[in-house]
Amino acid sequence: MKLTQLSLFLENRPGALRLPCQVLGQAGIDILSMSLADTQQFGILRIVVKDSDRARKVLEEAGSVVKATDVLAVEVPDRAGGLADMLGAFEGSGLSIEYIYPLAAGHRGKTAVLLLRVEDPERAAQLLQARKVRVLSREQAFEAVGA
Amino acid sequence: MPTPDPSRRFHPASAPDYVPADQLRGLQLERLQRIVRRAYERVPLFRTRCQERQVSPADLRSLEDLARFPFTLKTDLRDTYPFGLFASPMDEIVRLHASSGTTGKPTVVAYTQGDLDVWTEVMVRSFAACGLHRGDVVQNAYGYGLFTGGLGAHYGAEALGATVIPISGGNTDRQIMVLQDFAVTAICCTPSYFLHLVERAKEMGSDFSRLRAGIFGAEPWSEAMRRRIEADTGVKAYDIYGLSEIIGPGVGIECFAQSGLHVFEDHFYPEVVDPASGEVLPDGAEGELVLTTLSKDAMPMIRYRTRDVTSLIPEPCACGRTIRRIRRIGRRSDDMFIIRGVNVFPSQVETALLAVEGTLPHYQIVLSREKGLDEMEVKVEVTPEVFSDQIRALEALQHKLEQSLDHTLGIRARVTLVGPRTIQRSEGKAKRVIDQRQI
Repeated sequence: MKLTQLSLFLENRPGALRLPCQVLGQAGIDILSMSLADTQQFGILRIVVKDSDRARKVLEEAGSVVKATDVLAVEVPDRAGGLADMLGAFEGSGLSIEYIYPLAAGHRGKTAVLLLRVEDPERAAQLLQARKVRVLSREQAFEAVGA
Repeated sequence: MPTPDPSRRFHPASAPDYVPADQLRGLQLERLQRIVRRAYERVPLFRTRCQERQVSPADLRSLEDLARFPFTLKTDLRDTYPFGLFASPMDEIVRLHASSGTTGKPTVVAYTQGDLDVWTEVMVRSFAACGLHRGDVVQNAYGYGLFTGGLGAHYGAEALGATVIPISGGNTDRQIMVLQDFAVTAICCTPSYFLHLVERAKEMGSDFSRLRAGIFGAEPWSEAMRRRIEADTGVKAYDIYGLSEIIGPGVGIECFAQSGLHVFEDHFYPEVVDPASGEVLPDGAEGELVLTTLSKDAMPMIRYRTRDVTSLIPEPCACGRTIRRIRRIGRRSDDMFIIRGVNVFPSQVETALLAVEGTLPHYQIVLSREKGLDEMEVKVEVTPEVFSDQIRALEALQHKLEQSLDHTLGIRARVTLVGPRTIQRSEGKAKRVIDQRQI
């Protein structure tokens, strides 16, 4: 039900992003999705890969600070209002979403897969399923991006 | 015909600067015996320490015997806060000053009227050594208040007969207006603030060609900085030394030769010791400056460890003064640094970081100067324990670290989170303080 996301601390300076990407590349690890959050001072790179344990190991060996977090892969119909419908699952629950980024962009009329970071993924999954929103398993999520 | 250097003009208050050495030693011993006895009789901490070392004032038969007596440390002032080292009853104490505290409590110093008179006298002698006299217009941009700089320079310049402008610190544009409009001839401030004034004055198109002397102190500064000030402005830049525990500014000053600072050793007896062993070092050897007040009644300081590293220059000075000089102070024997007048030890920074993170991260303190003001940045390496995938969690961490530093040090510092292993280590140990303030 849950996917492992790896977050990396990046200093806000030229070259900071390339280094961990190179490390993953050399280890033959493909980045399935990524999102970059930035502030004036620093950034956080969030990535999803298939073999997160090995990715974490090579990144840490290269000197990165890595944190593993669970995220949910959620299928959303790619149509007007699709995202709003999905978010309706959380209405009145008090549960807040930390951030969202896409795992697989859909084609119009089909479905997109979004990654959700929430404080309580179990409860979020229940709420989504109650709303008939499809929460993908690891395998399903990887399949969605052809991995 | 060259005009005679005005600093060669003799001021009567400067007479003790020229006393023959043997006569000076006699006077020092006489005053030392009196003040050690006073401290022994009136300051319990000093008496206890003497008794532990089995020395008493009667053992003080020569100046060299002083080495047998215990040191006084900065922490002694803190530990006996506020009045524990006073040797005069409160009804004889006419002034208190306090240094900005770094661990909550400041260190308090006291003066009798006689002590204030001594202070004024050494400040008059300081200004006279820089060639100031009646007729000079002195802009005193040291802060007035608990800090000794403002009032110390104020009374000294007034007693010299100069016209004093008690403008205190800050408000740069007004400082520049006054400098120009009041035809100021001498200024007292920190050297970095003066550089800031000069830059701002250029922007404003101000001219202070009447200004000829700067009496700069309260922070370490380099020869390079002096050259820059003098070349840019034509102002002769004098280094003044002092510390509130001893009296305030006026412990030592440069003369026109600008080759070391004359210590007013008829009032402040200097020794240079090995910082590790405490052994007294011969003249010329570099070590930690230790000062004993010879004529301060309210709070005698016997063998006060300044932590400032220098050496005594025994050779006579070109100016003819017989009182000895110390080399300009460039560094300290501990890792303490002074920022915005506040003494900070890296260990205090560690305490603050530890309080937030639970374990001590690798960190580095970077001191810089922006617009004449000291800035302190603490770089903290992000550890897996505190790292989060959420921006706001890291920002909250940053904020908590800044608050903890503010709380512990009493000054604001900027915290920057940096990547792991980005702070350089030499032999496994990180260099804790990078001081970029030397210009």
